[in-house]
Amino acid sequence: MPRTAAGRERLRTIVYSLALLAIFLGAWQALAGAGGKGGKAAGIPGPAAVAETAWHMLSDPFYDRGPNDKGFGLQLGYSLGRMMGGYLAASVVAIMLGVALGSSPALFKAANPFIQILKPVSPLAWMPLFLYTLKNAGQAAVLVIFVSSLWPTMANTAFGVASIKKDYLNVSRLLQLSWPRRFFLVILPAAAPAILAGLRISMGSAWVAIVAAEMLIGGTGVGYFVWNEWNNLALNSVIFAILAIGFVGVLLDFGLGRVAKLVAYSE
Amino acid sequence: MALLDIDHVTKFFPDPAGTGQVCVFRDVAFGVERGEFLTMVGHSGCGKSTLLNIIAGLETASAGGVVLEGREIAGPGMDRMVVFQNFSLMPWMTVTQNVRLAVRSAYGSWSRAQVDECVRRYVEMVGLAGAENKRPAALSGGMRQRVGLARAFATEPKVLLLDEPFAQIDALTRGVIQEELVRMWTASRNTVFMVTHDVDEAILLSDRIALMTNGPEARLAEVVEVKLPRPRSRADIIDEPEYARLRSHIIHFLVERSRHLQEQALAEGRGATRDLVPTH
Repeated sequence: MPRTAAGRERLRTIVYSLALLAIFLGAWQALAGAGGKGGKAAGIPGPAAVAETAWHMLSDPFYDRGPNDKGFGLQLGYSLGRMMGGYLAASVVAIMLGVALGSSPALFKAANPFIQILKPVSPLAWMPLFLYTLKNAGQAAVLVIFVSSLWPTMANTAFGVASIKKDYLNVSRLLQLSWPRRFFLVILPAAAPAILAGLRISMGSAWVAIVAAEMLIGGTGVGYFVWNEWNNLALNSVIFAILAIGFVGVLLDFGLGRVAKLVAYSE
Repeated sequence: MALLDIDHVTKFFPDPAGTGQVCVFRDVAFGVERGEFLTMVGHSGCGKSTLLNIIAGLETASAGGVVLEGREIAGPGMDRMVVFQNFSLMPWMTVTQNVRLAVRSAYGSWSRAQVDECVRRYVEMVGLAGAENKRPAALSGGMRQRVGLARAFATEPKVLLLDEPFAQIDALTRGVIQEELVRMWTASRNTVFMVTHDVDEAILLSDRIALMTNGPEARLAEVVEVKLPRPRSRADIIDEPEYARLRSHIIHFLVERSRHLQEQALAEGRGATRDLVPTH
């Protein structure tokens, strides 16, 4: 038994966590077994079957046997590459726009109605427009990611910049800092915690959107993989993909979480 | 002619009710000589920090202007630097980085080595050697204001503006830093304009003390000379008869005359303008 209160709490967390895992696996196994012939859950693979598929997929993740048979690692790579392209471009644009909106209350008020209308639109609704203009499914998917990761970063940046303490701006005025120095040495670091919070939300919505976008465009990527395995009625692979997508999402967020720690400051 | 000339400055603020304007202070005029340490004393609300911000160029006068070396100031500039009551250090920067930001702004043509040397010298001067790589959050109030002083002195401004620099520092540390300020000022002979409501601090540091009546409608009532010999230390000056005389004069002013004079000014002001006065 750990002696400190924090230690006991940590132990309790681990026990609860293992219990939740056991309940989840048990319920899954029960559901998979209970279907019977003709039942709604018939044919749903249990944890053991999925684990076997996972083992199989992860032992050779990068093979490529034509358009309909690529290793899961390879598909993940396509998705990550596409997502990063759209996400990074959107982040740069969103931070620039956010800084502009955050530094000018009038501009913010003027742009706000438009942002409010565009924000709740699923990024996938843009897909036909992008397909029509670009005539290229891959690029259209990247643009969908761009749209999906624009708003949270922009809104958070605008908020972060608008709430920079006046003292810091006064000091940069007194020191007559040039525009680039003021931007990189004062505004960005001051708003960095808020910007990172936005980047984390954007990363999440980009990762959500990429699966759906790839289901639509087909060809490559985890989204296409899921749809393709559904067409093959390979539910083991679908369930494995769900878990793998979740796991990668956690890893991405963890990485940004580390960056957020680096830029955090206390007054 | 004085180095810094406060030329009949008046400041209005919008009325809190939004119906008109409140005159914070009116027609304030005085000069600060080269190398002089002039302190403005007054109650909260007399606009002394606002006047300091106008001199810094962070705010603008409603009427009148500020002239530095014969030129009217039209905004912030490296010839003036402020030490703030709340320190205003960049919390994401270390001690060194905070001072370096100012040094690089003041001496754009300097090499990296020159900048480093200057930063090191001023950080050492304020006794922060060993804490160079700490961020402000890891420092006490006194240490933070030492960074503020290093940052301001390092830019070698023509006029140093001190905005109640010791108000947020505990009383024991305050005395130590005040004497450090005296030492730095004696060595640099900067021209200093300070605002404070600490009478002892004003007498210890200043050549002259400007007394403001209460705001709104504050006026500059008088400027008294501090005839105590320098160098001064807290321990020495408290036994001087001149210190007691000066202190009693200023405190009487702050307790009675500053309000009495304000009432006169308000009576005049009401006749002359439609200024609204908030009730306290």
